[in-house]
Amino acid sequence: MGNKVLKFNIQKKLKEFDLDVGFELKKGCLGILGPSGCGKSMTLKSIAGIVDPDEGFVSLTTDKETVYFDSNNKINIKPQKRNVGYLFQNYALFPNMTVEENVAAGLEKGHDKIVSEMIKRFHLDGLEKRYPRQLSGGQQQRVALARILAYGPDVILFDEPFSAMDTYLKEQLRVELVNLLNSFDGLSILVTHDRDEAFQFCDELLILDDGQIIAKGDTRELFENPKKVEVARLTGCKNISRVEIIDDYHLKSLDWGIILEVSEKISPNITHIGIRAHDFVAAKKDDVNSIDTSNSKKLEMPFEWRITLSNGLWWIYEKRIHDHDFEIPDYLKVDPKNIILLEE
Amino acid sequence: MAMDWSPIGISMKTASLSILITFFLGLIVAWVLVKIKNDTAKIVLDGIFTLPLVLPPTVVGFFLLYSFGVRGPIGKFFIDFFAFKIAFSWWATVIAAVVMSFPLMYRSARGAFEQVDSNLLDAGRTLGMSEWKIFWKVLFANALPGIISGGILAYARGLGEFGATAMLAGNIAGETRTLPMAVYSEVAAGNMGEASYYVIVIIIIAFIAIFIMDFISIRKEKQWK
Repeated sequence: MGNKVLKFNIQKKLKEFDLDVGFELKKGCLGILGPSGCGKSMTLKSIAGIVDPDEGFVSLTTDKETVYFDSNNKINIKPQKRNVGYLFQNYALFPNMTVEENVAAGLEKGHDKIVSEMIKRFHLDGLEKRYPRQLSGGQQQRVALARILAYGPDVILFDEPFSAMDTYLKEQLRVELVNLLNSFDGLSILVTHDRDEAFQFCDELLILDDGQIIAKGDTRELFENPKKVEVARLTGCKNISRVEIIDDYHLKSLDWGIILEVSEKISPNITHIGIRAHDFVAAKKDDVNSIDTSNSKKLEMPFEWRITLSNGLWWIYEKRIHDHDFEIPDYLKVDPKNIILLEE
Repeated sequence: MAMDWSPIGISMKTASLSILITFFLGLIVAWVLVKIKNDTAKIVLDGIFTLPLVLPPTVVGFFLLYSFGVRGPIGKFFIDFFAFKIAFSWWATVIAAVVMSFPLMYRSARGAFEQVDSNLLDAGRTLGMSEWKIFWKVLFANALPGIISGGILAYARGLGEFGATAMLAGNIAGETRTLPMAVYSEVAAGNMGEASYYVIVIIIIAFIAIFIMDFISIRKEKQWK
């Protein structure tokens, strides 16, 4: 694997907020996670050159550094000259072209060999003469990927590739995409609002809110220790509460009305805590962080019970498909080290 | 009295040349309008280009005569530099047909362009396709059914042009007398029989045009679906 580096630093005034993102990607896949309309797609489009940032810098290093955009030196390379592939949310296959023609669209004439290689690699044999509308969602995605890889990019940008799909297809295509990324000798960026996708695909994460970076770093670390309220929410923490600090290791949850002990010394800028819904276990009344469960409600899902306590806390308890009986224990507790301390 | 066939030839010549001009001019103008980002400029230009569609043809003819007439700026220019009088020549029928049919072509093409998903164009760019190739193979190809129907409508409009032609080109037999003019002249002279021949010719041409339009757009849509 070559040493490729993608640097970007993008500022752009948008209607609702100002976009300001930057990162230096050296290997694998970077995830950009954020709620809808936080500037994720705009970031990708700026890297691809489809949209011009107001200010900033974009460059890709393969053997040597090629500057794609530099507002200070008035450099703005056309998207055609950037070696960046872009997978659109709706795949943007050309409806007037067959599968074959779509795959060949970015190539000069006389590259039939690459086209047939890609057709084979993406299992599109027999579909060469079909039009995109005659294909299933999964086949369409494969054509779009074949078309991008035929062009031989150093970077692939994925713009919410699974957002408009039913669960079954999504699971299947995710597996296909993971396999593709493992065999791809280049960099990639995946934009998503889905924490599962971010966790599954991305070594590093950049979390955006209203155009600003609120966290960046190693994906697993960010999930384990989100540090900020918004990051905790985006990484899927179900229970978040405002707190009042009592002493170095105790605080009072203002939303749940309970006092909790934590394992880490509480710094004064802690304003919230988070508890993942899976982190509760059955307990006795006098245990540390014991919580009364009277008046709880339970909801049965195929593989889990979802319990809402009367104070608003969520507990998720995994089960087997054929288990239908479940007694909520009188008390639950949460291990002090599983309470996530958060800043606003 | 022997039938005068010259209006058919004149009309075909006029309609063919004018659709050629209108087609490409309409495409270019539509493309430019789609690309313009400034909304005010867009509205003003759209208004100007659509005007011939909503104004009475004689009013358009009045403006044409004003600019292409012997004393008009363009007409005078041609007389001074090429010793050529545009008004009341065959070329005047072409100018009138182009101006009158242009809005139909331009509006259809623009509508068809705007229907094409802009992601397709961006996808072409990120795949390294040249802007020229993107225009023809992606934008034009996907807007084709709409563009063709616009072209046929414009052709039919050019073929049927009467008011502006009468103002700028007059009604000179064998020179500027197109089919609609011929119908008018025969009726005015009380020759209903001759007029009806011209009417039948016009109906046949119009019907063929509509048939081609529907045939192409239905075939295209079937192919992609």
